[in-house]
Amino acid sequence: MEKNRRSFLKFAGVSVLGLGSLSLLDGLASEDAIASSGQASADATYKKTANALTAKRWGMVIDTRKLNGRICRKIEKVCHQTHNVPHHEEKKHEIKWIWETHYKHVFPEKQDEFLVDRLKELPIPVLCNHCENPPCVQVCPTQATFQRADGIVLMDFHRCIGCRFCMAACPYGSRSFNFRDPRADNAIKNENKEFPTRMKGVVEKCNFCAERLAVGKQPACVEVSKGALVFGDLSDPNSGVRKLLKENYAIRRKQNLGTNPSVYYLV
Amino acid sequence: MLEKALKGSKAYWLWVFALLGIIAVGFGFYLKQLDFGLGITGMSRDVTWGFYIAQFTFLVGVAASAVMLVIPYYLHNYKAFGRITILGEFLAISSVIMCILFIVVDLGQPMRLLNVLLYPSPNSMLFWDMIVLSGYLFLNLVIGWNVLDAERNSVPPAQWLKPLIYLSVPWAISIHTVTAYLYCGLPGRGFWLTAILAPRFLASAFAAGPAFLVLLCFIVRKVTKFDPGKEQIQTLAKVVVYGAIANIFFFACEVFVALYSQIPEHMDHLQYLFFGLHGHGILVPFMWTAMVLMVGGIILLVIPAARQNEAVLGVACVFTFIGIWIDKGLGMVSGGFVPNPLHEVNEYFPTFPEVMITIGVYATGFLVLTILYKVFVGVKEEVAV
Repeated sequence: MEKNRRSFLKFAGVSVLGLGSLSLLDGLASEDAIASSGQASADATYKKTANALTAKRWGMVIDTRKLNGRICRKIEKVCHQTHNVPHHEEKKHEIKWIWETHYKHVFPEKQDEFLVDRLKELPIPVLCNHCENPPCVQVCPTQATFQRADGIVLMDFHRCIGCRFCMAACPYGSRSFNFRDPRADNAIKNENKEFPTRMKGVVEKCNFCAERLAVGKQPACVEVSKGALVFGDLSDPNSGVRKLLKENYAIRRKQNLGTNPSVYYLV
Repeated sequence: MLEKALKGSKAYWLWVFALLGIIAVGFGFYLKQLDFGLGITGMSRDVTWGFYIAQFTFLVGVAASAVMLVIPYYLHNYKAFGRITILGEFLAISSVIMCILFIVVDLGQPMRLLNVLLYPSPNSMLFWDMIVLSGYLFLNLVIGWNVLDAERNSVPPAQWLKPLIYLSVPWAISIHTVTAYLYCGLPGRGFWLTAILAPRFLASAFAAGPAFLVLLCFIVRKVTKFDPGKEQIQTLAKVVVYGAIANIFFFACEVFVALYSQIPEHMDHLQYLFFGLHGHGILVPFMWTAMVLMVGGIILLVIPAARQNEAVLGVACVFTFIGIWIDKGLGMVSGGFVPNPLHEVNEYFPTFPEVMITIGVYATGFLVLTILYKVFVGVKEEVAV
């Protein structure tokens, strides 16, 4: 039903533009092309080993009750180290995949004068939500950002033209742009040779550690989180994430927008 | 006909070389941007589109406004506009060229531009924008050039042009509609998430474009032997004032919805632009200037006696053009990005290199416009003899 509604909306959207039937077919055809090309390039990017972790839909649960500043800083550090995220002094050029902020910024629509004390100053990590219905993928003019069959939203750094439409479309501010050469000026310390560095002029963001999942490892942030971050298959009722969601009330960022984030917060 | 652009007075060549000089300077700064990256602009992680995309948006409007000459002349048989319709179409051509250049200078990886064609993505409004803009450029080139050529040969324009001319009417509307769709279909950007964005874009375009054309007509009359005509200029002035009033009305509708509903996601951006937010308000003086200019322009244009005085008309058109330029070319884009999705305020203001590159692109557009207008005037003078 949901699927039907969405394909109808897409169909209607394309029709409204007043195209001939031919281009309409083209339009719908490339819808499929996105899914399949996404699959193809994902496979091409990360060779899966026999012990690769797989899922129908990857998701994450962040248990804010187990968080503290030390864990948050560790999470950010290990992620940015693993993925060669450059550090630029100038804030305008900043690149971040996962970072800590406060409740009022994580959930700006849920601001509350009488918020429970514990949450007021608690550092909470934010990252790409790997939305089930990602606006960034919808707007990308080259399919450089795409959604894999397992729900992970990835970037093809070699295809991105740097138009930054995805950054305007992302309602979570999860994307960063290489405003300058990340390989210059010693911006990447202790480069991780297992993961590519980027070039200037392309967009990047959290990839749910797709390269680690492919070799059977949990995301780097999860490993150092002391149980505060749990990663697993949202479509498997017996997975760790589903068990947590069954037993705890969870919220997601800007649920009202219909993007359907795959990152849940226990508050 | 292009040879007409090769013969000109000293002043003409001085102007052409001055433009070439500005283009060279702008290009120098662009090389710097290519080398360093877009970090030399004022854009940031939070305000990811700035001056370039705003100019692009503004100029799509100027391009679309040619339709305000095409409709009266070709659909309502308003003969007076026959004299200047080509001026509108040539303005559209140079505007679209500037639009395309602004997109290119905004790209992080411009050499990958053709990926847009290599991996066509109908989900992306940018894909459609590319199609409508290139189509509009093509239509205006073919129509403008052939109609002028026919005039030169003292024959009526070819019959096959008619369908293209009719097609150019909805096509003009489409370019600015799709440009608005770039913005207004994004979830979580409350400032742009309004169905009236495309109509408002069109209204402001139909004010700013013809206002600029009025000024161009004054210049053409002053520096050449061709007179676009008093009646033509007066009719254009009426088009400007209708567009300007519609623009202000649509803006008022937006303000009402945002402020009366008091939904923060919609209200915060307006508050940032006009009053400042959390102590940040770099654009506040600009936005109020824009409002004063736009309303002032309307007052001058709506009073017949004032409008009919060409000196006043000139001032009113400058007011309208600059007012809308600030509103669309400065406020509209960064206003949508501040506050950011996490409700943090990080402001944007263009940097010096960014402004120089922008001026370079404008100079390129003016060079194209100068050449096209020179050809136009050359043909008119030849026919008159």
